[in-house]
Amino acid sequence: MTERREVWITGVGLLTCLGEGLEATWSHLERGDPPVYDDQGFAPYIVHPLPPINLDKQIPKKSDQRQMEPWQRFGVYAAGLALSDAGIVGNAELLDRTDMIIAAGGGERDVEADSAILTGLRKAANPGAFLNERLMSDLRPTLFLAQLPNLLAGNISIVHGVLGSSRTFLGEEAAGLDAVRIAQARIAAGQSELTLVGGAYNGTRWDVLLMFELSAAPLKDKFAPVWDRGPHGGIALAGMGAFVVLESSAHARARGAGPYARISCICSDRNLRREGEIEATLRRQWTTIAAKIDRAHVAIISGAAGLEPATAAELRVLKEIGLPVRNTGTYIGHGVDTQFVANLGIACAALEHGKLFAPTGTGDLGESPPALSQIIVTNVGNWRGEGLALIERVD
Amino acid sequence: MANAVTRDQAGHRVIAVTGMGVITSLGVGKTDNWAKLTAGHSGIRRISRFPSDGLRTTIAGAVDAEYQDGMTPAEHTERMARLACEEAIAQSGLGTKGHFPGPLFLASPPLEIEWPARIKLAEIAAANADTRYSDLLRVAPKFGSAHGAFNCVIIGENLADNFGTEGSPISLNTACASGASAIQLGLEAIRRGECDAALALGADGSLTAESLIRFSLLSALSTQNDPPERASKPFSKNRDGFVLAEGAAAVVLEDFDHARARGARVVGILEGCGEKSDSFHRTRSSPDGKPIIACMRNALADAGVGPEDVDYINAHGTSTPENDKMEHIGVSTVFGERARAIPISSNKSMIGHTITAAGAVEAVFTLLTLEHQRIPPTINYNVADPAIPLDVVPNVARDARVNRAISNSFGFGGQNVCLVMAREPA
Repeated sequence: MTERREVWITGVGLLTCLGEGLEATWSHLERGDPPVYDDQGFAPYIVHPLPPINLDKQIPKKSDQRQMEPWQRFGVYAAGLALSDAGIVGNAELLDRTDMIIAAGGGERDVEADSAILTGLRKAANPGAFLNERLMSDLRPTLFLAQLPNLLAGNISIVHGVLGSSRTFLGEEAAGLDAVRIAQARIAAGQSELTLVGGAYNGTRWDVLLMFELSAAPLKDKFAPVWDRGPHGGIALAGMGAFVVLESSAHARARGAGPYARISCICSDRNLRREGEIEATLRRQWTTIAAKIDRAHVAIISGAAGLEPATAAELRVLKEIGLPVRNTGTYIGHGVDTQFVANLGIACAALEHGKLFAPTGTGDLGESPPALSQIIVTNVGNWRGEGLALIERVD
Repeated sequence: MANAVTRDQAGHRVIAVTGMGVITSLGVGKTDNWAKLTAGHSGIRRISRFPSDGLRTTIAGAVDAEYQDGMTPAEHTERMARLACEEAIAQSGLGTKGHFPGPLFLASPPLEIEWPARIKLAEIAAANADTRYSDLLRVAPKFGSAHGAFNCVIIGENLADNFGTEGSPISLNTACASGASAIQLGLEAIRRGECDAALALGADGSLTAESLIRFSLLSALSTQNDPPERASKPFSKNRDGFVLAEGAAAVVLEDFDHARARGARVVGILEGCGEKSDSFHRTRSSPDGKPIIACMRNALADAGVGPEDVDYINAHGTSTPENDKMEHIGVSTVFGERARAIPISSNKSMIGHTITAAGAVEAVFTLLTLEHQRIPPTINYNVADPAIPLDVVPNVARDARVNRAISNSFGFGGQNVCLVMAREPA
């Protein structure tokens, strides 16, 4: 193994249903204001839409805005917030060698076009020919570009000029954690100095609700905190954009940039989710992290999404660990690939403020420790993937 | 013996390739593919998988040999990915059945619900008036789909189960550069010392009416449907677009010393990778070629070699007017006067554009070129483009001394990757 370098988080860009920028989300959490959700627009499903955003602030050209669908706009916007927070916006020399790892799923569909085609197909004499004809006339070329996962990265390159290496990891919660893990490892090993990591999700769409209804359990009818959604649980999908800027400490120091935190350890693994396997993986990861913590000043931010059995399994292990716990999903909903990076951002805010936010739901355990200096962020995927990450204040 | 680590000129651990597997429209496995590739055969055929009524493009490089009726793109992609991995792992002799000692990096197409599922849901819903998504949602719980059928991580998870790779499998997509990005991630992980081996692959079995139409609407596809095998003509003056295709390829990457220590046959060396993003346009390259140039130069620098050390270029060579023009600008800038003398050929002339798999498929073909000292041709080269004065190895394979080669992959969205590969050092 080559010598490892320290990796800092030097920028955070967050867009959640609680507002724009890390401070907007943090202050809502800190006050313990009621969660913000919509139970009407996609009834009976409950979702966490983003508030209206003034795209012009981060995506100045209307032509660029038109070339994207909402999830890409959220991502490009949040990426801009993170670059700005890190102080590298407009710095062409730095951006030219800023690397990028994005976590993203597939893009968005034109729900109206799909519905019209499905309606027409029922009466079509030749369904194959009808489908071809309608797809040829109804699909917008720009929509295809919005469906390509790597086009979030492409749009960030175009709008913000991030021009180093570019990789897009596909799919679900583990992708967000692995994006941060590999970005961290690349910097630690000297393969990169500066990397923009994050993603975006638009959960306020009928097409993703259908995908989740076929595979998991989207939250319906009645809102409840993540920990208290009953035996089958439920996921409240969200609009979300979240990015962090990771940087070698030497590079950050040289340009006078301060850190939110250092990333000290990231564990990422998988199992087949047979009974007890989530717990076993998390316990094994915990033994790696336990040696690095100071129990008087550490807490856990849980990324649990509310789907069972994953959420209950995670909570069992968190109770064994016995540290203070706060979940964010009750407030910001679930942004799938984006969730881990959003939670990493919120953990940065907690370290900056030196405390946890208000508890909500029966799994939020304990009191905020004094002078909070370390946070463990959990990432248990709805279907696959378990992970723990430790970040700590740099003093 | 910590000092005994073999390092390249740049001080990196040396990365060997000890196993390769490939499947394309030409056939299943290295032997079949290589024979047809060097014979100048085309795998492009008229599409039979779905009706082509009303389509401007009715041809593709489908892998029908491994396709069964009703397979979803996820199932078909996974099937091909498995075959490629089996072949690669068997050649490497690494690990034991069900345990590959290293991580998995999979270039996978994005997956979603497809029309057959959507149509079936609509039938179950039997809405009286218009069919809305809310109708599909109403009956979705009855549909009884197993989790993950449309989920972007399903293929990586299933491969990780099947081959017993270590850790969290990485599924990734950088459009047409995906396969090369997967190989790059594997190389980086071994160089970091995280592992001694990695399984890197690209697979794409997502030929559907909608995927074809999407590319067609971007005017990216050849419409010269007749005869199908003549449609893909990279670097020719009459080129008019690429041919959408399927395929998969896997490589076992391994620390050189690790491979030597266990007596494995090293089939080639992955010397370096380069990357450079393009911010010009969502589907077009920067007209000055700078990102492509920087990508190739980054790769050569990463490998610690110069343009004069390259004997062959495995082109991205899609057969679109734009790509081939830009690739020529890039190559002629990086290689200067030598550009006209270095053989450059496009596998896509025979197998079409395998999109997510292309970077991996073409890396395997490049390694086979090094192994066999024989360069596959660019077929369908009958009308030279005077604006592209390159030695494209027209129509007929050529025996040549090839010690080092590069393989280019340039993606929609501006993600460019170049790989540098060499023969095993004597």
